[in-house]
Amino acid sequence: MSADLEQFYEVFFEESSELLAEMETCLLGLDISSPDPEDLNAIFRAAHSIKGGAGTFGFTDMTEMTHMLESLLDKLRKGEIEIRPEMIDAFLRAGDVIKGQLGAHRGDGEADVAVAAEVGNELKLFSEQADIASAEQKEASKPPRSEEHQIQATNNTIPVAEETPSMASKTEAARFIIAFSSNGVNPKSMENLFSSLEAFGKLEKLLLSDEEQLCKLRLTTGACEEDVWEALAFVVDPSQLTIEKDLQHEPSSPAVGNNIATEPINSTVSENSEKATIDNPAQLKQSEAPYGFFPGAPAAPGDAENTEKNETVSQLPADCNTSAKPNNPQPGSKQPKSNTPSSESSSIRVSIEKVDQMINLVGELVITQAMLTQTASEVDPVLYEKLNSGMNQLERNTRDLQEAVMSIRMLPINFVFSRYPRVVRDVAAKLDKKVELKTVGEGTELDKGLIEKIADPLTHLVRNSLDHGIESPEKRIAAGKMAKGTITLRAFHQGGNIVIEVGDDGAGLNREKIMTKAKERSIAVHEGMSDQEVWMLIFEPGFSTAEQVTDVSGRGVGMDVVKRNIQSMGGRVEIDSVFGVGTRITIRLPLTLAILDGLSVAVGDQMFIVPLTYITESLQARSTDIKTVGGVGRVVHVRGDYLPVIALHEVFNIKPDSTNIEDGILVILDTEGHKAAMFVDALIGQHQVVIKSLEKNYRRVVGVSGATIMGDGKVALILDSAGLVMASQNISM
Amino acid sequence: MEMGKTILTVDDSASIRQMVTFTLKGAGYEVIEAVDGQDALDKANHQAFNLVLTDINMPRMDGLKLLERLRDLAHYKNIPILMLTTESDEQMKAKGRAAGATGWLVKPFNPESLLEVIKKVIN
Repeated sequence: MSADLEQFYEVFFEESSELLAEMETCLLGLDISSPDPEDLNAIFRAAHSIKGGAGTFGFTDMTEMTHMLESLLDKLRKGEIEIRPEMIDAFLRAGDVIKGQLGAHRGDGEADVAVAAEVGNELKLFSEQADIASAEQKEASKPPRSEEHQIQATNNTIPVAEETPSMASKTEAARFIIAFSSNGVNPKSMENLFSSLEAFGKLEKLLLSDEEQLCKLRLTTGACEEDVWEALAFVVDPSQLTIEKDLQHEPSSPAVGNNIATEPINSTVSENSEKATIDNPAQLKQSEAPYGFFPGAPAAPGDAENTEKNETVSQLPADCNTSAKPNNPQPGSKQPKSNTPSSESSSIRVSIEKVDQMINLVGELVITQAMLTQTASEVDPVLYEKLNSGMNQLERNTRDLQEAVMSIRMLPINFVFSRYPRVVRDVAAKLDKKVELKTVGEGTELDKGLIEKIADPLTHLVRNSLDHGIESPEKRIAAGKMAKGTITLRAFHQGGNIVIEVGDDGAGLNREKIMTKAKERSIAVHEGMSDQEVWMLIFEPGFSTAEQVTDVSGRGVGMDVVKRNIQSMGGRVEIDSVFGVGTRITIRLPLTLAILDGLSVAVGDQMFIVPLTYITESLQARSTDIKTVGGVGRVVHVRGDYLPVIALHEVFNIKPDSTNIEDGILVILDTEGHKAAMFVDALIGQHQVVIKSLEKNYRRVVGVSGATIMGDGKVALILDSAGLVMASQNISM
Repeated sequence: MEMGKTILTVDDSASIRQMVTFTLKGAGYEVIEAVDGQDALDKANHQAFNLVLTDINMPRMDGLKLLERLRDLAHYKNIPILMLTTESDEQMKAKGRAAGATGWLVKPFNPESLLEVIKKVIN
């Protein structure tokens, strides 16, 4: 049976990750002074759900941690204790521990047992304090639950009062002598029975005879007789069952919980139950009856006819004892995902490969459709009117289909944004800064692949803003600002792009400092550089203006890596900054990695695609604007700037229609503040093209980022604008 | 095999739902899933079930409320309704009993006990 569970692991992992994220969001948003009960409930529920799943799937370490978390949260939720800021920290750390454990079960690294123990202790301390507080009121302390011994063993702490079954504390402890016939009861049910009785309190086995099939037990418990009866009557024949109060041995101590650790009988019982359940990890920790029925309840076994007046359990059928082996799931009918119409969930989980395969197929369809359209355009539209209207319809449908399919991969940027409240909180605390994080446009969607890739660069930018951007509260007050700084994450769509901004109201960039640093690093700079160009210097390799490297942002990975990562996604970065007022870093990314908006240009008989994001304008140059520089290259004078000219026919060594710049077109490219003019023969048109990897199908070519198939079936190369512009800068400098 | 019996399983956890569904379908039951009490109630209003298996702690409408609401419906007066509780939550059991639950099943449960319990009460 345990092997069968594995097929559900993946859903559990995903679900738990989501619940953990949800829990973290709620924790961070919690108003400590007056916590919203609904929030506390939601946090509790998240921990509770993870625990339920972890228990079912046999991840005991997660069960333990979530159990401690849940116990404390339950007390908070019920108002038994007041929430304190340290608790939030502990909860967050517990969340991290569970995340680690989850990762370990997923086969991704190892869980840190030491940290888990530490956090566990902390949670228990809070719980203990709470219990002491409540114990002072009740004048009764509760012994630890037997379930906790495992945790205590690993944590080597003093026993802590944990939540005890409430019934044990409700009434005074009493001793019952229980006698019944075990005839016909299967051994497993007996073990279940013993463990369920142990849950009530101290269980002593007075007589366990195999020959006479008679069992005699002594149970010391705070539970009432009815509860004990209920637990027993389900397993053994009620007519053979007697429960009597043991008046001779009244317990000396009041409320006795289920502290059975010192009882010799316990060892046999736990050994037995372990033996019985070892093939089922989900049940290893289970120390109670796995189920039961309420006598007299509607449809309870044996009283289906007679629901109202049945207060005793005497009508329980005898066949309860000979509990038939249940039907095991048929191996042939394995259905990990219920895809029958009967399961009406509002969403389904599909592997990303399937989606990508579909996107690929739609890409092929788009190409085929473009080819058909091209062919159809060659026939007489009057004679073939129906074909023409059919082609138009096909084009519309294809476009809709493509958009619909692409949207499957789209996820809201909140998947990334949601992790930053925690980052800001932790880093700000470490740096003794007061920072508020604002997010705008969390619902803005972008491709799942990009979401995953943008997370790291964005984290770096946020940390950078925290470390170098936002000043200390004293400095801020001295500068006439609010002591609390603000970091704003904003996302919105613009054209075919998603724009993500990381803004702060911090110190802003210092032009002088950057220039000095650049000179030290022997980066070519001059006083005539625009602010924009100066700011872009911070993305140069090895560039850091912070006087001392902190462990927050100055660790190994530099801003150059951020820029490179963003470029590899087909995006670009810009910086706006005003000294003393703040800095805003803008990232522009294509919405998807699979389709690109491009301008097709012709050089000789070749066609190239230039990504639209990089094009600022196209123009025909006059001969007077073109200058030759030192025999190494040409520049063109455009709106007061001298831009290097990239002659595409020279880059790819092809024969153009004309080598004369005035005869062709100049496409002005702008990549991260570097501009260049690309010389081509003609502009053809604007297309949405499906990107095919050249590297995968051929090999890497300098100046080319990919390829696509055009409507006429020919391959067109997609130009690596950033690469071409950078190359032209090196020549011109 | 238990043919023709339909069970409504209510849990906000997709993995638990999936496991319950798998186990029950393996034993020949028809299974409908609901993600919380409200969802379950909507489904129960549209379809008759032979048994309802519900978690307690859920958003929107919890299992106890669902129990009460179901018992108010004529068709669900005598239908077995089992609740999933965690470990030793005796208070919860008492509340479930008051709300008209047929029985309880401790979470985490194993598929065998699940089928055993269901077999006992479904008819």
